[in-house]
Amino acid sequence: MKSNLPTSISLWRKIVNKLMTVLVLVAVVLAVIPLILILGDVFVRGAPAISIGFLTHLPTPVDVPGGGIANAIIGTFTMVGIASLISVPIGIGAGIFFSEWSNSKLATISGFMNDVLTGFPSIVLGLFVFVILVLTTKQFSAFAGGLALSFVMLPIIARTTSESLRLVPMTLREASMALGVPRWKTVLRIVISTGKNGLLTGILLAVARATGETAPILLTASTSQYFAKSIFQPTASLTVLIYNYATSASTSWQTQAWGAALVLILIMLGLNLLVKLTVGRNLAGTRAEL
Amino acid sequence: MQFRQLRGDTILKIILAVASLFIIVLVVGLAVELSLGSASSIFKFGPGFLIGSNWEPSQNVLGALPFIYGTLLTSAIAILIGFPISLGVAIFISEKLKSHQTFGFMLGTIIDLLAAVPSVIYGLWGVFILIPFLRDYVEKPLHNSFGFIPLFSGHPFGYDFFTAGVILAIMIIPTMSAVSRDVLSVVPNSQREAMYSLGATDWEVTGKTVLPYARSGIFGAFILGLGRAFGETMAVTMVIGNIPSISSNLFSAGATLSSIIANDFSESTGIFQSSIIELGLILFFVALLINVLARLLLWRVTRGTRVKF
Repeated sequence: MKSNLPTSISLWRKIVNKLMTVLVLVAVVLAVIPLILILGDVFVRGAPAISIGFLTHLPTPVDVPGGGIANAIIGTFTMVGIASLISVPIGIGAGIFFSEWSNSKLATISGFMNDVLTGFPSIVLGLFVFVILVLTTKQFSAFAGGLALSFVMLPIIARTTSESLRLVPMTLREASMALGVPRWKTVLRIVISTGKNGLLTGILLAVARATGETAPILLTASTSQYFAKSIFQPTASLTVLIYNYATSASTSWQTQAWGAALVLILIMLGLNLLVKLTVGRNLAGTRAEL
Repeated sequence: MQFRQLRGDTILKIILAVASLFIIVLVVGLAVELSLGSASSIFKFGPGFLIGSNWEPSQNVLGALPFIYGTLLTSAIAILIGFPISLGVAIFISEKLKSHQTFGFMLGTIIDLLAAVPSVIYGLWGVFILIPFLRDYVEKPLHNSFGFIPLFSGHPFGYDFFTAGVILAIMIIPTMSAVSRDVLSVVPNSQREAMYSLGATDWEVTGKTVLPYARSGIFGAFILGLGRAFGETMAVTMVIGNIPSISSNLFSAGATLSSIIANDFSESTGIFQSSIIELGLILFFVALLINVLARLLLWRVTRGTRVKF
């Protein structure tokens, strides 16, 4: 076979090689710049807006000073809480099934569906809850928002659970079963307790993702100027508040949008820090976006 | 004893199976409920909905073409800008930093952070920072110099297809670069060594061996990025202007499938609402198709080694 590779490195090949190295470096710079700019702008523009009053007061009408985001912060936590109550048990259950019964047809199909669900636009999930819950009860609510968010969290939790349980060495399972421990006890006591860091990571990643979601909540919980009296009322959230304020014409609301964005970023960073603290060495590669 | 053990196993297996069955039910339920919700629109407009180019809710003339067009155009811009950058980042981390694993991991983590930034914050940043910048330093010069080309013919206001495409590019870079870098990292070293031993330069090794070897996985990363661009809602809604339009002019306001749902659903009733749900149904099927395709491609290239994404 004739080789079409030249035998010595010509000047042209050297130039091409250097050029590509430079292009690759330019790509890295272009990818990192937006992150620095976005985080920098949020801190610079958001910090002046933040005060104790901003965190503890209710929103005020347009251009009335002293408005805060207290109800939005509580609303976000409420909805993420509801979403966690729904998605954590189901997600972990499904994740255990994917990993421990990985040969079954159900696990294959459901695992594939789970991957597909991960890539679904969150607005479609919001629209789904809008159709099944908001249209039928004629009521935007924190519960509907939480349900929509739970569908965002579910595939993340299931995937991380099964990934981390698969890292538990097979010999541990074999050793347990060889001692006469039944399979269900092996799974619950040995496999889960070995992989529990991974489970926790998955939950935190999913919570972080849900905290930053806007579209599903916009369609299901709407927003409100007040503290919600129950979870069956329209409820404010940080993300929807940022959306509404950023697209308003009021400069004081726009400033507050930056302040709320900083609060949101700090919550997200806190959650990411928690992930870094809880994450096992073996799961270090698991990513936030999944 | 034997019997009780068996019963415990069965109970646990059933509980867990129900949990994983729930995921299948959810995906099927999505399709069913969105179809039911858009039934009156489907019956009224039929398949013509997909090619109807007018969206006049007040006159009950509703067609999805402007939004399909907007989604395709903004995603195309995003891919055009984002894909080469993502590939560059992946090559840098997996090839150039091969012997500096820690630094590569750090850089990867930093870029992953971009994926963790909420979409509404991209939108906020887009409205107040990116729009003025692009309008004054990119769109106006392009318009002044190349205004004779239809792409750049419109007077730039900033709220347009182009800005939406740029912000989408920033948002899909983490997804595409992360998956490409996982795919490149499973290319066997023997491939590279064989190439080096023939006297190839670094770039020749990457361009003629590593990339071709990983091409179906890179295509999978490309498709996943495309899927993210298709479905991305809030940032696009905030910068695209939300006026249905089919225009070859990049500096014209437009709307995408997801942006019009977010923008219009709250004022909608009756057939208008049903049509909006049908837009969601279109988005559902597009997302389904894209994700199935991407997973199959990635599965092909990484068979055996598991890729996390």
